[in-house]
Amino acid sequence: MSAKKKAADAAIVPVNGASAPARARVQKAYKNYVGGAFVRSESGRYFQVKDVAGDEPGLVENIALSSRKDGRDAVKAAHAAGAGWAGKTAYNRGQILYRLGEVMEARRAELASEIERGLGLARQEARDEVATSVDRVISFAGWADKYQSLLASSNPVAGPHFNFSVPEPMGVVAIVAPRRPSLLGLVSAILPVIVSGNTCVVLASEDDPRTAVTFCECLATSDLPGGVVNVLTGKVKEVAPHLARHMEVLALDLWLDDAELLKELETLAVATVKRVKKHAVAGIDFGDERLAGLASLTPFLETKTFWHPMGM
Amino acid sequence: MSNLVASAAGRVADRGPHIPPRTSPVDQIYVEERAAALGKRSIKKATKVAGLKLAVRMMDLTTLEGKDTPGKVRSLCAKALRPLEHDASVGPVGAVCVYPNMVPVAVDCLRGSGVHVASVATAFPSGLSPLPIKLDDVRRAVGFGADEIDMVIDRGAMLSGEYAKVYDEIVQTKEACGQAHLKVILETGELGSYDVVRHASDIAMAAGADFIKTSTGKVTPAATPPVTLVMLEAIRDHYYATGKRIGMKPAGGIRTAKQALHYLVLVKETLGDAWLTPELFRFGASTLLNDVLMQLEKERTQAYQGADYFSKE
Repeated sequence: MSAKKKAADAAIVPVNGASAPARARVQKAYKNYVGGAFVRSESGRYFQVKDVAGDEPGLVENIALSSRKDGRDAVKAAHAAGAGWAGKTAYNRGQILYRLGEVMEARRAELASEIERGLGLARQEARDEVATSVDRVISFAGWADKYQSLLASSNPVAGPHFNFSVPEPMGVVAIVAPRRPSLLGLVSAILPVIVSGNTCVVLASEDDPRTAVTFCECLATSDLPGGVVNVLTGKVKEVAPHLARHMEVLALDLWLDDAELLKELETLAVATVKRVKKHAVAGIDFGDERLAGLASLTPFLETKTFWHPMGM
Repeated sequence: MSNLVASAAGRVADRGPHIPPRTSPVDQIYVEERAAALGKRSIKKATKVAGLKLAVRMMDLTTLEGKDTPGKVRSLCAKALRPLEHDASVGPVGAVCVYPNMVPVAVDCLRGSGVHVASVATAFPSGLSPLPIKLDDVRRAVGFGADEIDMVIDRGAMLSGEYAKVYDEIVQTKEACGQAHLKVILETGELGSYDVVRHASDIAMAAGADFIKTSTGKVTPAATPPVTLVMLEAIRDHYYATGKRIGMKPAGGIRTAKQALHYLVLVKETLGDAWLTPELFRFGASTLLNDVLMQLEKERTQAYQGADYFSKE
């Protein structure tokens, strides 16, 4: 290579980057995930989250501050997705959720980095949480075509009828995700709800909403139909009461330790006789595999019983 | 020379003095921008409630399906009379719109209520039957007790320039209606351009339409805000020229309360308050009513409503 050419190259790529012009970082807009699309809050509002660890501590990013109407739009999307998701075969739902695990596996590093910079977890701790989260998704994917046999029954009745009961999904479930752990908690809250054919509106962790949005990018590329999972970031206290009041929401899944807010949501849920499942987050060991047990699915199932005449 | 002869003679004769000529081209960009801009108003709280209650009174609650039964029409009429069981200030709707064979059922249910019975006629929805059959269709519907007739124009004739044929059919249908009000469906989705929509509107009004209506609901696109704006402007110009107030009925594809309010804004801004009455403006709709009711209940209770809590008519 000629000396002239070398000099030219040097001018373009400075040695050691010492005099390199600083590259403008391309920052991601963290948006809500509604109906299979990433959308800003209809209110146009946002709030800021700060990196507490990782490569650039102190980095500030904008994230959607959801409103009451975002909640309404999300419920609409969840309701619209309900029939299609519940109508898929159980085996197909299992395949799709397994694929979610595959997609998350490939993006482990990214998910771990989100947790690390959002909550300040040690790098290895964050990686372990992601690994456990992927495993948990796989566990729930396995449940898709198995829980029915365990929960269904044929019932003895005093008459010439064959009587049997089968579990069915409820419909739209509103979930307040645990603040921490931000990924394992989110997965442990969402998967038991959707595996049986429910759809959901999720209020993401206020402490680390970015991990939830990156998790949504996994959902978006996993063949999960749009609208089955809708995730909103922002203030739980602002949006949750409207979901509790919403007549199309059939159950509340509250991973919440705020006694005052719990009381408010439960009170609002009375008007539509919503089912309310409360989880005392402080006392939960999220690493415990029993969180992926059959008992996690049953709060969001209805039992349908058939009476079929015999001998006809 | 009668109009029919003129029609058979060809296009030149179709531009007879009684047929409104084609006006200068409609400015597509303007119409679409203005129609969209008028949809951006923020209408909230008491204003929204008042607008939605007006929209209910302007509704032609419609069922036009091959599977319609007397039972379905009866339940539709019950809903027309009292859309929200616990609130008498909502409704009744403007009219119930059905096929001719269902008219006697609707008349029976709505007698004395002030709710009109509208019937589609003239070989709805295509209008491609011989004129005597179409006129007979109208006379029978009127004979069954319909006091509003929704006719369709012959779109094929309109598009091939046989304007006199279109005009004459409307004149004769109007005659066959007797006392019944005549709404003329242009089926704008099949007319191709705003210019043709405008021309068809002018022809229909000159021929004696009491209302002009966008669509049958069987063709997409049906009612859109820009097409409605073109027709409203035709109505305005007709009013300036003749002093006659013609009504407007967008139909098809209007499903949400928000859309309904958008149309009310279009009317208010184009024709003014005089047209904000069921006598001069109607919505042709089947699913719109429930969404409006849901929004009214949302305003009353502050809770978002679910479709499962409202009767399917």
